[in-house]
Amino acid sequence: MNLPWLTILILTPLLGGIVVAGLSAEQRRLARSLALAFSLVGLIGALCLWRHFDAASGDLQFVEKHDWVTSLGIQYFLAVDGLGLLMVLLTAVVTPLAILASGNLFGAGADLPVGLDARQRVPTDAPHIYHALVLWLQAGLFGTFTALNFFHWFLFWELSLIPAFFLIKLWGGPKRGPAATQFFIYTMVGSVTLLLSFLAIRLATGSFDFIELANLARHGEITARLGEAIGWKSQIGLLVFFGAFLGFAVKVPLVPFHTWLPSAYAEAPGPVTMLLTGVMSKMGVYGFLRILLPIFPEQVRLVLTPLLWLAVLTIVLSACAAFAQRDLKRMLAYSSINHLGYCLLALFAVSSAATDVHQPDLQKAAALNGVLLQMFNHGVTASTLFLFVWLIEQRSGGLRGLDDFGGIRKIVPVFIGLMGIALFSSLGLPGLNGFVGEFLIFKGVFPLAPWAAALSTLGLLVTAIFLLTIIQRVFCGPLNARWLKFPDLTLRERLLVLPAIVLMFGLGLWPQVVLGMIDATVVKMVQQLNF
Amino acid sequence: MTPLQGCLLVSALLFAIGLAGAVTRRNAILALVGIELMLNAANLNFIAFWRFGPHPEALSGLMVVIFSIAIAAAEAAVGLALIIAIYRHYKTANLDEIRNLKG
Amino acid sequence: MTWIAQNLWLIPVLPLMAAAIIAVNKQPQRQLAATLAIASMVFAFLLSLCAFGTVLGHHGEHGVFREVAGFNWLQFGGQWLRLDWVLDPLTAIMLVMVSFVSLLIFIFSVGYMAHDENFTRFFCFLSLFAGAMLGVVIANNLLLFFVCWEIVGLTSYLLIGFWYHKPSAAAAAKKAFITTRIGDLGLLLGMVWLYAETGTLNFFANGHGCLEHSALTAMATHVTAAGMAVSTAIGLLIFLGAVGKSGQLPLHVWLPDAMEGPTPVSALIHAATMVAAGVFLVARVFPLMTQAPIAGTFMELHTTTALQVVTWVGAITAIFAASIAVAQNDIKRILAYSTVSQLGYMMLGLGVGGVAVGMFHLITHAFFKALLFLGSGSVIHGCHEEQDVRKMGGLKNYLPVTFATYAVGMLALAGFPLFFSGFWSKDEILHAAHRWPGSPIPFYLGCAGALLTAFYMTRQVALVFFGEYRGRAREVADQAKSRGANPPSHDGGGEPHESPGVMTIPLVILAVCAILLGFIGTPAWPWFDGFLNGETVQFNRGKLAESGTFWLMVASAVIVFAGLGLGWWLYGNRPRKTPDEPDVLQVAQPFAFRLLANKYFVDEIYEATVIRLNTRAARICEFLDRWIWGGMVLLVTWVTLGLARLYRFTDEFLVDAGFDTGCDTLREGGGEISEWHNGRVQSYLRVMGVALVVLALFLIWGRKP
Repeated sequence: MNLPWLTILILTPLLGGIVVAGLSAEQRRLARSLALAFSLVGLIGALCLWRHFDAASGDLQFVEKHDWVTSLGIQYFLAVDGLGLLMVLLTAVVTPLAILASGNLFGAGADLPVGLDARQRVPTDAPHIYHALVLWLQAGLFGTFTALNFFHWFLFWELSLIPAFFLIKLWGGPKRGPAATQFFIYTMVGSVTLLLSFLAIRLATGSFDFIELANLARHGEITARLGEAIGWKSQIGLLVFFGAFLGFAVKVPLVPFHTWLPSAYAEAPGPVTMLLTGVMSKMGVYGFLRILLPIFPEQVRLVLTPLLWLAVLTIVLSACAAFAQRDLKRMLAYSSINHLGYCLLALFAVSSAATDVHQPDLQKAAALNGVLLQMFNHGVTASTLFLFVWLIEQRSGGLRGLDDFGGIRKIVPVFIGLMGIALFSSLGLPGLNGFVGEFLIFKGVFPLAPWAAALSTLGLLVTAIFLLTIIQRVFCGPLNARWLKFPDLTLRERLLVLPAIVLMFGLGLWPQVVLGMIDATVVKMVQQLNF
Repeated sequence: MTPLQGCLLVSALLFAIGLAGAVTRRNAILALVGIELMLNAANLNFIAFWRFGPHPEALSGLMVVIFSIAIAAAEAAVGLALIIAIYRHYKTANLDEIRNLKG
Repeated sequence: MTWIAQNLWLIPVLPLMAAAIIAVNKQPQRQLAATLAIASMVFAFLLSLCAFGTVLGHHGEHGVFREVAGFNWLQFGGQWLRLDWVLDPLTAIMLVMVSFVSLLIFIFSVGYMAHDENFTRFFCFLSLFAGAMLGVVIANNLLLFFVCWEIVGLTSYLLIGFWYHKPSAAAAAKKAFITTRIGDLGLLLGMVWLYAETGTLNFFANGHGCLEHSALTAMATHVTAAGMAVSTAIGLLIFLGAVGKSGQLPLHVWLPDAMEGPTPVSALIHAATMVAAGVFLVARVFPLMTQAPIAGTFMELHTTTALQVVTWVGAITAIFAASIAVAQNDIKRILAYSTVSQLGYMMLGLGVGGVAVGMFHLITHAFFKALLFLGSGSVIHGCHEEQDVRKMGGLKNYLPVTFATYAVGMLALAGFPLFFSGFWSKDEILHAAHRWPGSPIPFYLGCAGALLTAFYMTRQVALVFFGEYRGRAREVADQAKSRGANPPSHDGGGEPHESPGVMTIPLVILAVCAILLGFIGTPAWPWFDGFLNGETVQFNRGKLAESGTFWLMVASAVIVFAGLGLGWWLYGNRPRKTPDEPDVLQVAQPFAFRLLANKYFVDEIYEATVIRLNTRAARICEFLDRWIWGGMVLLVTWVTLGLARLYRFTDEFLVDAGFDTGCDTLREGGGEISEWHNGRVQSYLRVMGVALVVLALFLIWGRKP
């Protein structure tokens, strides 16, 4: 069938958001069920895409390309390859989980197991707006991962930012105001420089089309044309590159553009943090993969060494900083930076023009496969971990300090067992999903940049230290008498985390499910990077 | 002194008296009387300039004066009517107390 | 391809399945858990025997029997990463050992853990461990090996921290995991390097594997920046993994602490199998270690950089840990240091003598050390969870079976001549060390270690089984009874008692193995050596009498007797009377004893250096984050705010103020003018009059002619 599947996929949550926003504040259950229904439709749509996706070909599929604003060279251009589809799937999986987890955000006490008043923490009681914002966020994400023309890609990119801002600002923790503002300003600055860069490129080439631009870049034309159009020949390419780079580096984030992240993650309500870390942080890596590396290959190569060291710094520094935190959410936030640091390390290593390496294409393919896998795995694992912390918060009345608990494994064995699985998955234990991505990344990066890879293993070590510290302090030791009535997971909550746990084991034992889908795309990407 | 000059002197005097009356009297009726005096001074000037002017044979000056007197009579009637209306409203004809024109 | 090689995967998968089923079942089903775990191990053992039989059947045909099979796991860059398992003599012998010892320990655990509330979880973890360990053994792929190796580490972590409510157990578990992970990172790097160099991680693949000739030659001739052959560098990185897992210096610190776990765990994981996996790893990648840039004769190959490192680390660890064991008082800690020391011997054996020498000691050690640990478990169980040897004594009368089997294990470990397996395997290591051309020192270190081993085992046995019972359990029980309360422990308290049959029968079986196994590797009939190398060996009594062999055997026997005699003279002859009196050695050498009792202060040194460094690094990063990066952001914020204030100032005080003043002036002026409009008609008239006069005056005189 020739229906515009991707457009439908984007419109579903967008319209769903409008419908949900039209409800009244009293219709809590309806708002939630509707939002859930729309996100599930999104999930089904994404799964259908996956079913009809031809994994053997690395080409763009489900292409929709129509002229839009011809005078400005803007086309409506949607398509996915393995990378886009993987991200769409991730979005589609994480959003319903987040909506299900937000049940407890809105009072009526119905879902609160301990009867702790969640409303103390929740300032705005407007479930319809909340759910609408979540759906719009999802629409923005779907759009970002499928759009291939800068014009509407940028619209979607920003569309995802605004709901996120309001979600933090209205439903966040005690310090939500500054956190939301910082988050917004930071990403906005990145977006502005990104926009400026693309305006410059548009000026020079007359095109907004990512694929076309990548083709131009492969022949080294973008830099040349930028020089012609704007002057200032040698530096302008680099300048434009840095503008775009900043936009993505803030989003991922790369040290030292990361300071917004811990406070934003810590202050956002649990389900929103799930979305932030699970999907939104992937936008940056996606941008690097889809836009920065293909369009600015020369510039990346020029500043490759500092970029590699920045990635190593991101890995090591964030892991160490996580170890110094006393708040579970902040710890996991730093761990999130650390995990995406591996992705960046691999991305930068891949763009090196290594010549003395045995089978460089194979190594690059391994690293890129690792990056994609790591993105998906981190999305699943990190959002599950934040979900668990959210469940802890609900039971403890908002406490989530490392030293506030102790020995609760005795009374909530199932809770701790499942959370332990998620923690070990985050730690990169073989057999769970975290390992395969990291292995492939190291396998690919080591031959390309041995010292960077070797230093980055420090990050693996420190990650193990602080994750085990969480287990030691929170789960083990003598039981803190205060939590004697800490309830175990309810059946509903077990069902909620079940899909994530299944994914962790499934992808850990049989990563081919994902790799089979993305490998052809990756091979093509590697070919295109080596002009 | 020519008769014209004499006439003009008389008329100027009359005008000055009228003006002084109109400006200084507190009573509205007396102020109106002063105004009538000034009007008559003007009429006198018309007559004087017509009688001692270049074409005394034409009756233009006389006509103007008669016209003017007629208007003055009407005007005096309207003025008195206004004064009476004002008096009825304010219970006074003292101009110092009628200050509703204040800006 | 034989059937068993094709289906070798069943051996690890069976216990894994058992673990999965136990995990999803509800806690109270103890019977089911134990049955499942033991049944899966029985099947795994039978399959292992079948595999062993197959290898035996093909023994001596042509070279080493080796069959690989596997499956495609994942795909990148259009290529498949294939995970293989292998059936060769090394795998076969390890399979039998691991599954057999595991089976016995599972059975023992049924008795030992009978009263634990987390009985089912224990069996779940234990089965998971067994599955992963068997996976380590059959792996023909370094990645598969690494996967199983890490899961083994996980189960070790879970089981050390099994009694998680004890802070010491939780800390020990974390320490174990992290210390071994340091080594594992080396292994990971070695693995990716190996992968990058050879393009495969399969050890053997009909000539294309990374441990086969073409790959090895390529790596040996490729030299890294430091002038080291790539194969050596990779070998050393992989050895780092083995150092972590096998508790070699300087990463040995976790193993004694790991004794916080239940005793069967110590026996299975931290004595017999997992810690030996490091030795197995080195044995597996041994070809990598023997490669030198310049190919030479066999003897030269045994002194490559990699093997020298292995040898020295092993030798130093052997003596180092043995000396610490002398001054410990915890029955399990003594055994733990003994394990570290014996693992050092195995490494030494690998380094100086090759795979067969190290592996032989690994196999014999697995049995007698499992025996010793289970025996100590039985002692602890019998003495009501008492672990301090000073509070035991005279137990040979209370626990006769345990004593008999423990004595066998102790003599095997000490290397009592001729009849015990430890003698033959240790002797072989010493022989090889004696012949080693690299340096004579490892041989002397090994001899000194043997002396210490005999000594501390005699000390332990004398303290535990001889003399008078010094425990307090009886008093405690009496007090409890007099207060009318229930007895403190499940089994009634009071006298030490013999353990039930489910615990003693495994002991007896292990004891038998500890004696018999030695005879498969005597110099007269080195069957073990031949089995691993694919050669057929004949019984030759003459070899025993060869002068070099004979005199070395005599020398090692003398050393053992010296150790035993010294121990008995110091501890057996003059048994201690009370738990509190100082140790004989403590009286004689207070300083040395303190140094040994505190394990050479290694933990403290680490605490002061590595751990503090880590904490400091964390603080620095936090500082950087909060004040440097965050400070830059703050700076930008402040600058922006400052500019905003400036704009506000100009707006409020320059632009706005000027406009306001204009308006005010205008309004006030208007107010003044409006006062002229006082409403008096006559004043208006007056003005008009004055204006008229002025006009008239102006018209008359003001106009210029």
